[in-house]
Amino acid sequence: MNRARWDAPSATRQPALFALILLVLAVLINLIVQPNMFARDTLNSNMRVFLPLILLAVGQAIVILGGGIDISVGGIVSIVNTVLATRVGLNGSPEQMWQYVFLSLLIGLLAGAINGFFISFLRLQPIITTYATSFLYAGLALFVLPNPGGGIPGDIAALYRSSTPLNVPLAFYVIAIVLFMWLYLRSTRYGNFLYAVGGRAQAAYETAVPVTGVQFSTYVISGLMAAFAGIAITMLSGSGNADIGGPMTLNSITAVVIGGNALSGGVGGVAGPVMGAITLGIIQNIISFADIDTWWETLVRAIIIVVALAAPGIVGLFRTQRRIS
Amino acid sequence: MRRISVSPPVAALILAVILFLLSGLLPNGFGSDLDVARAQALNILRLAVFLGVIAAGQTLVVISGSEGIDLSAGAVVTLTAILTYILVNGANERVLLALVVVLVVGALIGFVNGVGITFLRISPFVMTLGMAGVVTGAIIVITHGSVTGKVAPIMTRLIARPLSPSLQIPNAIIIWVIFGILMWLLLERTTFGKNLFAIGVNRITSKLSGVNVTWTNLLTYSLAGALAGFGGFLLVGNTGVVHLQLGQPFLFPSIAAVAVGGTLLSGGKGSYWGTMAGAIVLTLITSLLTTMQMPESVRRMVLGGTLLILISIYGRQRALRQ
Repeated sequence: MNRARWDAPSATRQPALFALILLVLAVLINLIVQPNMFARDTLNSNMRVFLPLILLAVGQAIVILGGGIDISVGGIVSIVNTVLATRVGLNGSPEQMWQYVFLSLLIGLLAGAINGFFISFLRLQPIITTYATSFLYAGLALFVLPNPGGGIPGDIAALYRSSTPLNVPLAFYVIAIVLFMWLYLRSTRYGNFLYAVGGRAQAAYETAVPVTGVQFSTYVISGLMAAFAGIAITMLSGSGNADIGGPMTLNSITAVVIGGNALSGGVGGVAGPVMGAITLGIIQNIISFADIDTWWETLVRAIIIVVALAAPGIVGLFRTQRRIS
Repeated sequence: MRRISVSPPVAALILAVILFLLSGLLPNGFGSDLDVARAQALNILRLAVFLGVIAAGQTLVVISGSEGIDLSAGAVVTLTAILTYILVNGANERVLLALVVVLVVGALIGFVNGVGITFLRISPFVMTLGMAGVVTGAIIVITHGSVTGKVAPIMTRLIARPLSPSLQIPNAIIIWVIFGILMWLLLERTTFGKNLFAIGVNRITSKLSGVNVTWTNLLTYSLAGALAGFGGFLLVGNTGVVHLQLGQPFLFPSIAAVAVGGTLLSGGKGSYWGTMAGAIVLTLITSLLTTMQMPESVRRMVLGGTLLILISIYGRQRALRQ
């Protein structure tokens, strides 16, 4: 932990501060191109699109805090999506839907447990292990649903798409619940263990922290969050596609890093990554509203993200120089 | 009781040979026809060359440690393949120019990666991931989705065909062997190679023992970019056509090839021989699954499962209890 503090002086003291600045900046720019952004319906239609990535980023953040990485989350999202779309169907009953939602959560837990088993008990390297299991999961999703299709009943999808209790979009309630659960988790002994394992697993082990168990648990949590993300994206799109999760994996990692967590583990939290995921969504929003030439979209988005990633480092660079002179 | 220990590159090669022999028993395998078997083996080797060359830069970056990884390799391969295609445009005399340009472009992209990682302290994973986005974006802006150009006859002659009709080995394989020897020299017989392994093990101790960590790191990422560029050049020379997704399918396999070859993803230990063996194994598995006409879903699952078994055999990290 000490080493990490010394590596990146500016970003680690207030990891989420930079994410907050970035988010506010993004919101302000978005407000210019989309003035009615805070109207209830616009806000809801934005937030419901951002929510799957937010949930995914929360799971990813916990894995990364524990010193690992999970490349397989996209695959889990895909499995959940294809299972819901094929087993419930467009004419399914609500009971059926909730049964399969429950099953989806079990699938997420199981997939996470498989990752955790190989990484924490067999001690394989996280990045390559979850890369391998991502193929397993993506293959399984494609096996369940070879061609895009299927779906869930429209009225259940509407529940996700247009619920705004007390004029506040559903997504905010979900985010609030997740953040409260994280705050609770952080205050427990498990929370301390998580930071200890991510900071320095060897030292944690020597001070009797159950390293294996904690590492295992992070992947299970990540699998569960991926299942929630899969349920959310299925209710958003209303249909099934075995490749829906693939592109979300790297986005979830970017969101965590923009959120101020160190990829080496042990530094950061969950609020930052949530803001990071929202920022990524808003950037996409700005680009599609700002009337940018279609050919330039990918480049502009990539440059914005690289600048966002580089900014804390640039600030840090100036600080060190000032200190020396 | 003595534990039998086989070094990862050898283990991977043995596995490749066994898999290949087993594939002969398949319904549409080569059976007992030796000529067909040889042709198939050469074909798989030829396909492995491109993954092998692209994974060379990845090997260097991974050995350099501190979570070193190059996720921009796929995009760089696509970019350099397209540049080669446009620059050469069917003329033999422009091939050398194109080769120099792609090496420089690749090295420049790698250098920017290195600057971001060493000076701005961005983690390699996200820096190179961001760079991949920038390069992909640049490709779209430059090409507007369509590329006009042509590879030169001499490239096809020197890469895809055998040296002479009597010698049946495609040139790509010969190039790869020479390339492998050069990589071995670079890693084992130069100061840069020694420094690379040193910073991979521990940056602070290597700095204290007089290694220029910053410079070595910058050089590593620049070299990785240049090597990916070379991979793109070879790839377009073999296929003769380019498209915007040419390099991307090589990205994660290049990391897998490094891991299968026994290079520790945490850095400081590894070899290019291992990566070569890893590239052969991965190409073999992929082409076997294609020959067996498995549906895409089964192919993905088998590939994932095999990878998991391979790394379970020798990809394990040290136990916490010592």
